[in-house]
Amino acid sequence: MRGTVIDREEVLHVARLARLELSDEEIEPMARELSAVIEHIARIGELDLADVPPTSHVVEVTGALRSDEPQPSLPREVVLAQAPAVSDEGFLVPSPQA
Amino acid sequence: MSDAGILELSARAAAAAIDAGSLSAGELFDAYRARAAEDRSAGEQGLNCFTWVAPDGQAPTGQGELAGVPLAVKDLFCTEGVPSQSGSRILEGYLPPYTATAVQKLTDAGASLLAKTNQDEFAMGSSNENSAFGPVRNPWDRERVPGGSSGGSAAAVAGALAPWALGTDTGGSIRQPAAMCGIVGLKPTYGSVSRYGMIAFASSLDQAGPLTRDVADAALMLAHMSGRDPRDATSLQIPAAIALPSAESLRGVRLGVPGELTGEGIEEGVLTSFRAALELARGLGAEITEVALPHAPHALSAYYVLAPAEASSNLARFDGVRYGMRAQGAQDLLEMYTRTRHDGFGPEVKRRIMLGTYALSSGYYDAYYGRAQRVRTKISEDFAAAFEQVDFILTPTAPTVAFRLGEKTGDPLAMYLNDYCTVPMSLAGIPAISIPSGLSDGLPVGLQIAGPAFSENGLLDTAHALELAIGFDGGAPRV
Repeated sequence: MRGTVIDREEVLHVARLARLELSDEEIEPMARELSAVIEHIARIGELDLADVPPTSHVVEVTGALRSDEPQPSLPREVVLAQAPAVSDEGFLVPSPQA
Repeated sequence: MSDAGILELSARAAAAAIDAGSLSAGELFDAYRARAAEDRSAGEQGLNCFTWVAPDGQAPTGQGELAGVPLAVKDLFCTEGVPSQSGSRILEGYLPPYTATAVQKLTDAGASLLAKTNQDEFAMGSSNENSAFGPVRNPWDRERVPGGSSGGSAAAVAGALAPWALGTDTGGSIRQPAAMCGIVGLKPTYGSVSRYGMIAFASSLDQAGPLTRDVADAALMLAHMSGRDPRDATSLQIPAAIALPSAESLRGVRLGVPGELTGEGIEEGVLTSFRAALELARGLGAEITEVALPHAPHALSAYYVLAPAEASSNLARFDGVRYGMRAQGAQDLLEMYTRTRHDGFGPEVKRRIMLGTYALSSGYYDAYYGRAQRVRTKISEDFAAAFEQVDFILTPTAPTVAFRLGEKTGDPLAMYLNDYCTVPMSLAGIPAISIPSGLSDGLPVGLQIAGPAFSENGLLDTAHALELAIGFDGGAPRV
């Protein structure tokens, strides 16, 4: 296998951060594929970017905030209608600590 | 009017025929609805363009300039009460309680929702093979991909299953499928169309735009969907109203050709078509010069840091709590999250979430995300310098013609290289259009024209003049 930038251990660490379960057979291909992509994107390390400001938004926007006026929101039952499980007018989820 | 005659009409011509009374809105809608429904029921045997088709007997009621013109909409646009799944299992069966602004504006102008189009899951892909609802096929050759991620929209327009379609472009997802299907695709200036109700991929890059039979239809659709929306703080009022293009000459227009995007890595047939288009442009009176975009070769690397980073954050909302599917049998909340995301996301989406999470994680942030944002600045500066010398920049849209289904699915990096020519414009937020420049081995080739922010009217005029000179007859083989 060619240069592994990211190994099995690190894949599992990142998956935990991403709240993503990976099955055993997903882990090795993920390490291999991510390593290939990361090797490619690491080429931006070659550029001299010392005095370059970062861009987070491309088009100048001023006065983007809308006026602070209350607007009606969607009715609760309409929103809850799409949830996998509801209870007492709220989203039902398993206990954080079973 | 005969069905065959109806299918030949541009959206513009169809709207005019309805207005003049020579065609009824119902007749037009039914002709397309029947074709779309047939494709949907054909499954694997069809092109698999659609994830939903309007039910039979639904007469179009729209009033306005687009009255009665059927509209196909990429699955990731929320449409009230109509499945909107962004090509993902995790949103299977999701019926949004509201409609995206871009769709609302077009229907307010009279357009009728015909169908939702298949796409790569969460718009992540360049071949439409990442859809949870199966790959889309290219109407020019069923064994080939239509491009992606707006592959269903492009194939539907090319195959005359819709008069026009709405797509989105993050790194090329309108332009590249338009190129591979032999139609027109426009990515407008970032911010000119509201992102409200678009299921997000990478918010600093995502932009809605038209996929159409010709340049004037692209202008017509953009004219009706652009503008500031209080629900999207990054949306902007375009300085000048979008006009229908009319230019037939390019006299006095300065066109730039960047060596970085017109040489290495572009296949010969594509380059031959590109050079022929340059000759036509010269014949129309354009002045053609070389320009430099020295950081463009690094755009792909920066993009594959920034887009996955934004995606890893945007897709955190899919956790099995408020909408979509939930994995059953989890013992606690964390397990419910991780298993829902394991079961609901496909391989490419998992890869990008992992890549983005990695790039943002402690110890790597500066090396990847921070640097990529600086590369983005350099790319914008390159374009700004080039646009001091020329009005528009020309490149091929995609490095290759449509490739075979399965050809690149095993090699994510090879798949990403499809975006080589389109990603620089996305990072700079500037408008770019792909128009067909001809065929290579019987498959369409796209010509990309890019301009400064908010240069849409000039861009559309330039594309229109070239479209006339190229004379692409547009016909994908019809089913």
